[in-house]
Amino acid sequence: MDSFSAPHGTLSGPPGPDAPAGTTGPDGPATPLPAGTPAPDFSLHSTPDQLLSLRELRGRPVILAFYPADWSPVCGDQMALYQEILPEFRRYGATLVGISVDGVWCHLAFARDRKLQFPLLADFEPKGAVSRRYGAFQPGPGESARALFVIDSGGVIRWSYLSPVGVNPGADGILTALDALQSQEGTS
Amino acid sequence: MTAPGSAHLTVPVGERDHIQGPAGAPVTLVEYGDFECPYCGQAYPIVKALQERLGDRLRFVFRNFPLNNAHPHAEHAAEAAETAAAQDRYWEMHDRLYEHQRALDDAHLERYAADVGLDVERFNREMEAGAHRARVREDFLSGVRSGVNGTPTFFINGVRHDDSYAFEVLLAALERAAAGERHVPSGAAPERTAGPGAD
Repeated sequence: MDSFSAPHGTLSGPPGPDAPAGTTGPDGPATPLPAGTPAPDFSLHSTPDQLLSLRELRGRPVILAFYPADWSPVCGDQMALYQEILPEFRRYGATLVGISVDGVWCHLAFARDRKLQFPLLADFEPKGAVSRRYGAFQPGPGESARALFVIDSGGVIRWSYLSPVGVNPGADGILTALDALQSQEGTS
Repeated sequence: MTAPGSAHLTVPVGERDHIQGPAGAPVTLVEYGDFECPYCGQAYPIVKALQERLGDRLRFVFRNFPLNNAHPHAEHAAEAAETAAAQDRYWEMHDRLYEHQRALDDAHLERYAADVGLDVERFNREMEAGAHRARVREDFLSGVRSGVNGTPTFFINGVRHDDSYAFEVLLAALERAAAGERHVPSGAAPERTAGPGAD
């Protein structure tokens, strides 16, 4: 894989005709929903005949990893890294979900190729609708931003992070957020 | 939100580490690497050249970050290096593995063990028992906690190096650190030009 190319455009692309009035400004960078916001519910396809809803995951922490595209070098590397860290996420009882605007067949091929054992959801139709609601959409290239959310067992966002699109954000932020969540939920 | 450029080494260099160079060196370079990763293979002679250039001013530390999903032999290779460390042959094995990156199956690992002068029977016993698996995982998790996002990832005096690992770029960063300048990424987090993020 080529590590030298920047596979995606910039975060501040030209305003899309239907740029949402909410968290993604008309020409500014994506602004992910901040901590303390109830996580908007959604139902997206994880396989051609299966839908996954956020509310089904209530009662346990959820990690949402929005990313621009299957197959591009940085994204593939980020998802492969998360696959390695999956046992660690599970120690916190957390469920990891990847989301991009790629279609479900693309996701299936990508997951099989990279041996990913967590769901990849297709924010495909209407394109990017869930990404937009989370402030994790790039109108220019028409892709999800590289944004991370940690949601608590009650469905509230506890941590969010927007990475520069060409940089793999790693998992240290996620684990720190899960640590904080565990100590809060453990003491409340 | 913190910029990715501010990632720091969460587990300081200590006795458990594999270290080359003096403890009092003004600059410490920590690499999180995978023996089967081709980018780490590219970085291997670069680190050697940096050590040559900086001599006693540089302390070098290697920690394991095997990406087993992408590299089926990486875990065993890392364990083989740790097994060699138990017989005081760590760096011999480390170098041997990087110089033979395309042949890291178990049969070859055993051959390298013999080549570097290990007690092969003990090597095989420890490999079969997975005696050093926990150590490799500890390294991996310390990397994850420190913001390692791919291999190789370098830390210079405890701060993640978010730039290319080309010789000149690393040398300049090490010289800056040795001169006591803090490594502060300018402005927004830089995009990596030849970065480790893409393997």
